[in-house]
Amino acid sequence: MASVAQAIRMALHYGETNLGVKDIFGQDVGAPLGGVFTATQGLKTAWNSPLDERGIIGMAMGIAMGGDKCVAEIQFADYIFNTIDLLKIAGNTLWCTNGQVQLPMVVMTPVGAGIFGSVYHSHSFDAWASRLPGWKIVMPSNPLDAYGLMLAAIKDPNPVLYLKSKALMRHKGDELIPGEPADEKELKAMIDKPVQNAEGWKPRWPDLEEYIVPIGKGKITHAGEHITVVTYSRMVHLCDEVALKLAGEGISVEVIDLRSIYPYDWQMIKSSIEKTGRVLFVNEDTEVTNFGEHLAYRATQELFYQLMARPRVLAGKNLPGIGLHPNLEKNSVPQLNDIETAIREVVAEVP
Amino acid sequence: MSKKTTVKAGRKSAAKKPAKAAAKTAVKTSKKASAKADNFGGLSEDLLLRIHDLMVKSRVLEERLIKIYKAGEAYFWIGGPGEEAFGVPLGLLARKGQGPAYDWFHLHYRCTPTMVALGMNMVDSIRLIMNRATDPSTGGRNFANHYCFPQWNVAPVTSPIEVQYPLACGTAHVQKRFGKKALSIVTGGDAGTAEGDFASALILASRKGQELPVLITVQNNKFGISTPFEGQHGETHIADRAKAFNIRARVINGNDPVETYLALQEEMEYIRKTGNPSFIEAHVSRLYGHSSADGANKKAHLVDPVFTFENRLIDAGILSEKAAKKIWEIYEAEGVAAQEQARTEPVPTPESVWENVYVDSENADWRKF
Repeated sequence: MASVAQAIRMALHYGETNLGVKDIFGQDVGAPLGGVFTATQGLKTAWNSPLDERGIIGMAMGIAMGGDKCVAEIQFADYIFNTIDLLKIAGNTLWCTNGQVQLPMVVMTPVGAGIFGSVYHSHSFDAWASRLPGWKIVMPSNPLDAYGLMLAAIKDPNPVLYLKSKALMRHKGDELIPGEPADEKELKAMIDKPVQNAEGWKPRWPDLEEYIVPIGKGKITHAGEHITVVTYSRMVHLCDEVALKLAGEGISVEVIDLRSIYPYDWQMIKSSIEKTGRVLFVNEDTEVTNFGEHLAYRATQELFYQLMARPRVLAGKNLPGIGLHPNLEKNSVPQLNDIETAIREVVAEVP
Repeated sequence: MSKKTTVKAGRKSAAKKPAKAAAKTAVKTSKKASAKADNFGGLSEDLLLRIHDLMVKSRVLEERLIKIYKAGEAYFWIGGPGEEAFGVPLGLLARKGQGPAYDWFHLHYRCTPTMVALGMNMVDSIRLIMNRATDPSTGGRNFANHYCFPQWNVAPVTSPIEVQYPLACGTAHVQKRFGKKALSIVTGGDAGTAEGDFASALILASRKGQELPVLITVQNNKFGISTPFEGQHGETHIADRAKAFNIRARVINGNDPVETYLALQEEMEYIRKTGNPSFIEAHVSRLYGHSSADGANKKAHLVDPVFTFENRLIDAGILSEKAAKKIWEIYEAEGVAAQEQARTEPVPTPESVWENVYVDSENADWRKF
């Protein structure tokens, strides 16, 4: 099975071969490195930009305005913050021009904790991103979704932020990407640059097929009856693990992988809450102010009389950063036991 | 919205009268000219008169915008009276059209002269400042002079200064790949060069082997809102910063349309020929201050490029005083008529806030997911 990094690489290859992508660029995106997580290795249109996040976003906006499709990368979301006003402009360009100027561009950036990346390699960006009207925002949790959401992002006529979990880059799923060889060693031999003697190396791409995960559509990763847990990205796997454990105790947890932050799949959330009467929102961005709070607010507003317990948000602590030592990181973002405890508390609550 | 304007004119005729009409009158007059001590850099009389005509039109339009603001028919004015001698030649020299085969403009909010030279009607600028739904740039959503004309590759003007510089590198990158020798033009102010985006553009445009066909310009009017040049800059010329990146650079008198025209022509030809960037720092006057925030009153002590050029043309016998007066009158009437026309036009509806948040107006309102 492909890793998330390999899935993104294959999606970008499909994009430059079939969907008109002409530039994939950013810091260290081109040869020789092919991205710090290897997600852009071997791509024919990948090139290295100066170490300048604002230059990267501005250039991407210009390329999109000029009529070409590009995928730009900010090496870590931790460094995207000095581009906020450019992201704001990219998001408002269609609106400000009354529909005249579209910016079909993709910006991808690794987000979140889980790799012991310390203060400046552990930032989340989902709540910030959700305050950028005009952008669509996706956060895949597995390789197949990573592939399908990237193709959807490339095809979308709006600017799309593609937030990829740093901790999931080596994560392998249990579903094959259409066209991917079943043997992961074979895939590695085809598309991973050799560590040694890589001079002259070129990838042999599998015969990939188009596979789209529609932006705005979530997925139920674990069906259940007693509580709805709405999450995305890395936290999906933690929530699924807790759901499996609690199933043995008769606590039936429904886990929704939102996959898209904006637009988000409210109908899926709503249907599930109407079924379970209880809801927990889980993500690792800081708790003040958190995207889960918006969802909890909406759940309260629209489903108040169907709720059996107070909606709850479990998120990262509101701290200036995430410390390097595992004791610090693990006490900053939700862990398995935090999720389990929160689920038990919500399920135990009686009106 | 029923305030009277000061000059009466027929709405229909003035709003639709093309700029060339006034120039035609002037050309006819110029045939009587005899003494031409000033050779005007070899530019033809027709071109000189065309430049003058457009400079006057732009000035009249900007002054009309100020009047509209001061009459309470607009919320804010910001613009570029004093930059006609730079902006008009820039608009005239560009390869105008839509798509990568044509030149791109990444302008700031002092570029009415360039828009007028490209062919923008007065009424479209007035619709913008009066927030009409008919405003072709923003549909009544944005400030004065925040132009957007995709049919001429005019990128939307932004309120944050200097962000347009790296965008110009993006469109230049597309143009270079397209291979039709089109270029991207970016304009901005001297104070804005303190922003990092300015440095980003110098770097992106000049990387060895990856040079971009972009004309980087700075209109140096010696002020950043209220702070003088000396309070913001250590460098002697802003153009010197481009030289550090091996970008060809020059400083010009942007109040002289002849010097500007010749310099722009030379640099644009250089860019088209080599695919390399070029840099022009143009010294200009800021005749009405920064914006309505500092009063928008005329600074009489500054060089007025329009009257200076007009007097040159009259002294040379290319233009008569009578013909010049007529040009001002025609455009003043056009401006008044355009304002009166804009008054009658619809404003954006409240519910239109949800339009064009996303392409095809999908997913704008989360309450409807």
